Parts: sequence; C-alpha cells; structure tokens
Amino acid sequence: MFGNLDFDVIRRALPYLFYEGMTFTLTLTGLAALGGLIFGTALALMRLSGLKLLGRIAGVYVDFMRSLPLVLVIFWFYFLVPYIGQWVTGAARPISVGAFASSLITFIMFEAAYFSEIMRAGIQSISRGQPAAASALGLTYAQTMRYVVLPQAFRNMLPVLITQTIVLFQDTSLVYVLSITDFLGAASKVAQRDGRLVEMYLFAAIVYFTISCIASYGVRRLQARIAIIR
Amino acid sequence: MIEISHVNKWYSPTFQVLTDCTTNVTKGEVVVVCGPSGSGKSTLIKCVNALEPFQSGDILVDGTKVNDPKTDLPKLRSRVGMVFQHFELFPHLKIIDNLCLAQEKVLGRGHDKAQTKGMQLLERVGLKEQAQKFPAQLSGGQQQRVAIARALAMDPIVMLFDEPTSALDPEMVSEVLDVMVDLAREGMTMMVVTHEMGFARKVANRVIFMDRGEIVEDAAKDDFFGKPRSDRAQKFLSKILSH
Ligand SMILES: Nc1ncnc2c1ncn2[C@@H]1O[C@H](COP(=O)(O)OP(=O)(O)OP(=O)(O)O)[C@@H](O)[C@H]1O
Ligand SMILES: [Mg+2]
Repeated sequence: MFGNLDFDVIRRALPYLFYEGMTFTLTLTGLAALGGLIFGTALALMRLSGLKLLGRIAGVYVDFMRSLPLVLVIFWFYFLVPYIGQWVTGAARPISVGAFASSLITFIMFEAAYFSEIMRAGIQSISRGQPAAASALGLTYAQTMRYVVLPQAFRNMLPVLITQTIVLFQDTSLVYVLSITDFLGAASKVAQRDGRLVEMYLFAAIVYFTISCIASYGVRRLQARIAIIR
Repeated sequence: MIEISHVNKWYSPTFQVLTDCTTNVTKGEVVVVCGPSGSGKSTLIKCVNALEPFQSGDILVDGTKVNDPKTDLPKLRSRVGMVFQHFELFPHLKIIDNLCLAQEKVLGRGHDKAQTKGMQLLERVGLKEQAQKFPAQLSGGQQQRVAIARALAMDPIVMLFDEPTSALDPEMVSEVLDVMVDLAREGMTMMVVTHEMGFARKVANRVIFMDRGEIVEDAAKDDFFGKPRSDRAQKFLSKILSH
C-alpha cells in the first residue's frame, strides 16, 4: 500500500501549507485565545460580582455555549452574523463579514465560556484575606481585581489556560466547514487537487501532533516552575 | 481618633456577633483587645475600617463616620493601617513592590518616591536586603514585619493589628513585637488584638476584654492587670498568664 505513496507532494506544498495555512491557524488561535481570555474573565467577574442579574446572565451564557457543538456554532454564526449586523445597524442588506472575522468572533465567544470557568476557579482559589488586605490599603474594588486578584488567578491557572489553548488550536481546524484555508484546509485542498489524500492527511496529523506535544511539554515545565515560586 | 458607639452586628438574624460595643481610642493611645476565641475581636476591629459592615451604632475615625454610605471608604482605609494574622502579603509581587503598590495606585505617589519610602521602611524593620525577594522566600516573622512596613508606607494616622503574632513560630514572635513596641513608643495610635500580655504590659494604655460579642471590661492597663472587675476577665487572665 505504501509502495505508491508520493511524499514529494508534501515538500512541494510546504510553502503553501505553512505560509497560508499555518499562519492562519496560529493567528486565529492566538487572537481567539486572547479575546476569549478577556471576555471569559469579564464573564467570571460577572458571576462572582454578587449581583444576581449579572451573574445569572453570565451563567446562562456559559451553560448555553458549553452545551452546543462547536461546529454548529461556527456554521450558524457564519450565516447569522450578516443578518444580525444588518438588524443592529439597520442596513438595507445583510452586512458581509469575512470568513476570518466571523470565525474569530465565533471562537472568542465559544472559548470565553471555557476560559471563564477556568478564571472563576482561579479567582475562587485565592484566599479572602488577599482582597481584604488590598481593600485595607485603600485599593478600590477594580484596583483590587486588577492588581491583586486577577494576576494571581491568571498565574495559578496558566497551565490550564494553555492546555485549553492547545485544544483551541486543534479546534480551529473546524473552520473547514466555511471552506477557509487554515492549515488543515490547505492540506485538504492540496490533497484533493493532487489526489494525494493519504500523504497529506498523514502529514497534517503529524504536524498537529508535534505542535500539541511540544506545547504540552512546555506546560509541564511551567507547572514545575510555578510550584517552586509558591 | 477612633470612636465606637453602640455597635451591633449580626451575621444572621439569630446570630449576634457584636452587642452594644462602645469604646474610644484617643490619639497616641495603644489599646489592646483580648478575649476568648470567637468573642468577636476580629469582627470589631474589621468594623473600624469597614471591612465588615454592621447594622447599628456608629464608628468614627478621625471624625469621619465609616458607616455613612457617602464616606469615601478607599480614602479612609488608606489612612488606617491594618496588619493581619496571616500577613496577607501579595505573593506575586516582590517585597518592595508590595510596599509600593498602594502608595502609587491609591496615594498617587511617583514610582521613585514610593520606592524610596519603601526602602526606608524596610530598613526600619530590618529587611532592606530582602527587597527584591518574593514573600514566599521569607520566614513568617519577616513577612509580618514586611506587612507592618507596607501599612506604614501609607502614613497611617492609626494602626490596627489582628493577632499579628499568633500564626508565628514562637521564636519569631519577639522580632514582630519589637517593631510594634517601637511604633507604640513613637506615639502611633494603635488598636491591637493580641494575647501577648507582655506586650500589653509594656506599652498598652488600656486593655479591653471581650466575651461573646460584648466589651466586658475596658480599663486602664494597671487596673486591668491589678484586678479585673469581672469574673470572666479574671478567669481568662489566669488561664492566659499560667501558660
Ligand atoms: N463571615 C462570617 N459568617 C458567620 N459567622 C462568622 C463570620 N466570621 C466570623 N463569624 C463568627 O463570629 C464569631 C466571632 O468571630 P471573630 O473572628 O470576630 O472572633 P475572634 O474573637 O476574632 O476569635 P479568634 O480569637 O478565634 O480570632 C465567631 O463565632 C465566628 O465563628
Ligand atoms: Mg480573630
């Protein structure tokens, strides 16, 4: 079976796979992780604010997002955003949002639900004496969060946050449903064009595997270092 | 400086933690608060800088009513230093940054000025060499001295201490008490929850004894140690001094 495989097709496709595909995948992963962390932290703060309504809204949002398959969200969002945009701005026709913007917003909204649970656990892991000490020094609630609670929550949760980002990195391949040229999309296009499905999908698997493995190894190193500081 | 009048506090409708607490701390005075565990000492001292709310009564700090919704609490708290049982240094910040954070963010001091002030205070508590370390790298006694320096960096008009030595190993108690004694002798107004009767004997002006949420005894030091009026205080004293 492996006799008539042509691995040279990979070499020829490398520039395309990495310059276009991987660049897109990494950009999407990075921006979605950043946006998801910010939005997720906001959701976590809402849930811990003690304000019933605010907490309820954030809770429903998180539960809703976590009970939907990601592919469905990507798909729906892509087709809905133009109409939502039209409705919000009152434009005559559906707003056209590029596939990149659409998938980025989707991932931010989806990942925020997961990041918010991580940050919530991180905030709750900090003893109540810390915010008390910050308040006693005269810091406002916002300053207490900004300078005392969130930096510690973030640091304590960093390994989990990165692990979630590795999952996100793999999940970004789902944008294939929008025919976007991410890394997997690029590999798949070459595979179809040259009729080299086995080679290309094998190569794609190896690349995802390698990157995820290296990142996981980094996380374990990081965990060990954090344990020393504390 | 601190006027506490008829303060009542409930944690739940059936659990009253403070009952009609009334006392004053005048400028330059050192008042020690003692009493059995669960008697409400921590709760009372936390009411002074409004870390705990209370349902009735009034507390004035330097003429400002802490239970007035219009009071700018962060501003008031920035003038009231507080030292906790478990130090509560910020573990993600270096020692010097622990001392600078509130100076810069609350008082708006410039970075250089805050650093200079911070180093002066670290020198004063004998920890100048530790400035670049993290809290976890210090011993308990050192951490508590840093916590005192952090509070002093705000130029407080009064200092509150909540059992500052009870989480320490015995051999570290005195290094913290020494700092507190110096502070008292320099004329700092202090309200100190502690069971260190040696400290009370040395520098306290008055001793307050609390039991079950009430101020049972509020007497000049010599009167308190000479002959407490109440049975409960007598029992408590004999127990604590026999150790
Ligand atoms: N947040 C809270 N909710 C409910 N009850 C509380 C709370 N904090 C304290 N209590 C209770 O209030 C009472 C007084 O507590 P407080 O901490 O003021 O006592 P304390 O005199 O400082 O005791 P200790 O010497 O053990 O520190 C205790 O019975 C305690 O269990
Ligand atoms: Mg206490």
